[in-house]
Amino acid sequence: MALSKEELVEFIYQLVLKAQGKKQLKAMDLQKAVLKEHPDQDKTMVKFAIKELIDTGRCVYTYFGGSFVEIPHEEGAAKH
Amino acid sequence: MSDTPLLDKLETGPWPSFVKDLKRAAARKPAAKDLLRQLDRSYKDKITHWKHGGIVGVLGYGSGIIGRYSDLPDEFPGVEHFHTVRVNQPSGWFYTTKALRDLCDIWDRHGSSILNVHGSTGDMVFLGTTTDELEPCFAELTAKGWDLGGSGSAMRTPSCCLGKARCEYACYDTMDLCYQLTQEFQFDMHRPSFPYKYKIKCSGCPNDCVASVARADLSVIGVWKDDIRIDQAAVKAYAGGELKPRGGGSPYAKLDVKADVTDLCPTACMKYDGGKLTIDNKNCNHCMHCISLMPQALRIGTETGATLLQGSHAPILEGAQMSWVIVPFMPMEAPYDEIKELIAAIHEWWSENGKNRERVGELMLRLGMRSFFKAVGLEPPAQTVRTPRANPFFFWHAEDFEAEAAGRKYIKL
Ligand code: HEM
Ligand code: HEM
Ligand code: SF4
Ligand code: SF4
Repeated sequence: MALSKEELVEFIYQLVLKAQGKKQLKAMDLQKAVLKEHPDQDKTMVKFAIKELIDTGRCVYTYFGGSFVEIPHEEGAAKH
Repeated sequence: MSDTPLLDKLETGPWPSFVKDLKRAAARKPAAKDLLRQLDRSYKDKITHWKHGGIVGVLGYGSGIIGRYSDLPDEFPGVEHFHTVRVNQPSGWFYTTKALRDLCDIWDRHGSSILNVHGSTGDMVFLGTTTDELEPCFAELTAKGWDLGGSGSAMRTPSCCLGKARCEYACYDTMDLCYQLTQEFQFDMHRPSFPYKYKIKCSGCPNDCVASVARADLSVIGVWKDDIRIDQAAVKAYAGGELKPRGGGSPYAKLDVKADVTDLCPTACMKYDGGKLTIDNKNCNHCMHCISLMPQALRIGTETGATLLQGSHAPILEGAQMSWVIVPFMPMEAPYDEIKELIAAIHEWWSENGKNRERVGELMLRLGMRSFFKAVGLEPPAQTVRTPRANPFFFWHAEDFEAEAAGRKYIKL
């Protein structure tokens, strides 16, 4: 069954959280993972759920040869 | 002694040097000073001292900021952070001097003051700032109506030739199309969700001044369908030397119409007998050679639009690939629904099937033109056959038999 907007945001956040440090996920990987569990989920809703996670700062886009969605973390290349 | 003995030597040559420019900036900006010092150090060490960042950006966007750090921050503190800000350029790169001053002032306040107008992507490239300055810089840019461009696995800032603003060859309004596509794909420009980058470049005619055929995943190149318009009196004037070739832009004072124009037509579809010039238009491949040489005698046709080509990119291992025709002719008129829908369908197919870092042109080669056309709902026209008769195999599908039984003809008359 399709998730509500809040459930979807949380579902995606958990996917990102569980993958953190193990696998970098692209926006499309997230969409595919959502559709696998919830085949009737609207794709545009997935896009906007990711947007919400980014806009609220719970997730960030990163770039390591490709663009990924991750939990905010320290920049490895920066000096600390 | 100078901090930059190796760079100093570059200033002694006959040409203007970037070193001189950067030294001027270095007098005001520690970032520029350390940029030069670190570069000199790299010349000596023969390795780069830059590291890529992967996280910096502005809130809400996954594009437009490219992180760079020095790996010798203690020695070169001015370039400890040296991030790039990509700013979406206006269509055709037209600015008022006031707009340029605003941009320079913003970058003076928030960055190294070093600009590249423009990068190959088309954007204005603001080189060198720190993480702390990104949000304030972005806020000032947006307050003046500017926005960041694309970077990462996203729609990149579309770019175009100046088209109808100045050029009589423009077969459609490149600046308008570029602007409309930039607006249409805002979400995809700022929120990377593709397998890799996606570039659109719009040229008004086959002269292709933005080199879209070599640099864009989608090359939109203006073309005409009907006949080249000929002014025979002007042909005579070129032959007689009253009109200068290429509007005076060539080193030759006088055109030899046969040797310089008709004999060099790549499809040999032109004839000139010393009097009248004729063109067998159905064999013209719209190369622009003749028109560019004698623009007052020859003009593009009146039934105009664009050819869409897909797939150019330059991977290091396989080498450069040019874009490949996917739609021989599409009318290009606002609101451009047909091209917008096609681009969305291409993104869908590519996002679904592409591997990480696989450009759409690579996917097209991997899965084949056939599956591309099927997926996006395009007819496979003859113009897409790159090497006719190189492949003797034809695979019949059940629907082909059905279509034939229903009367499908292979040659459309
Ligand atoms: C041997 C050294 C380097 C080579 C061969 C190289 C090569 C290139 C090439 C071919 C491009 C695409 C050109 C363009 O888009 O205009 C590019 C773009 C870029 N490079 Fe480099 N680069 C080098 C060093 C650097 C350094 C030291 C930095 C920064 C500290 C840097 C930052 C960038 C950025 C930010 C872009 C994107 C520019 C744009 O948006 O147009 N590169 N580089
Ligand atoms: C797995 C099974 C088969 C494979 C991998 C195979 C492979 C090939 C290959 C590579 C050729 C050369 C093609 C060329 O000259 O370019 C060939 C030719 C040929 N094969 Fe097979 N084949 C198979 C089964 C068969 C069977 C079952 C028949 C007949 C009942 C057959 C009849 C022929 C004939 C007559 C030619 C010559 C065609 C020509 O010269 O025009 N093949 N085959
Ligand atoms: S690509 Fe064609 S239309 Fe555009 S500026 Fe160049 S010559 Fe003119
Ligand atoms: S545009 Fe090119 S192919 Fe066409 S007639 Fe002129 S020279 Fe020949």
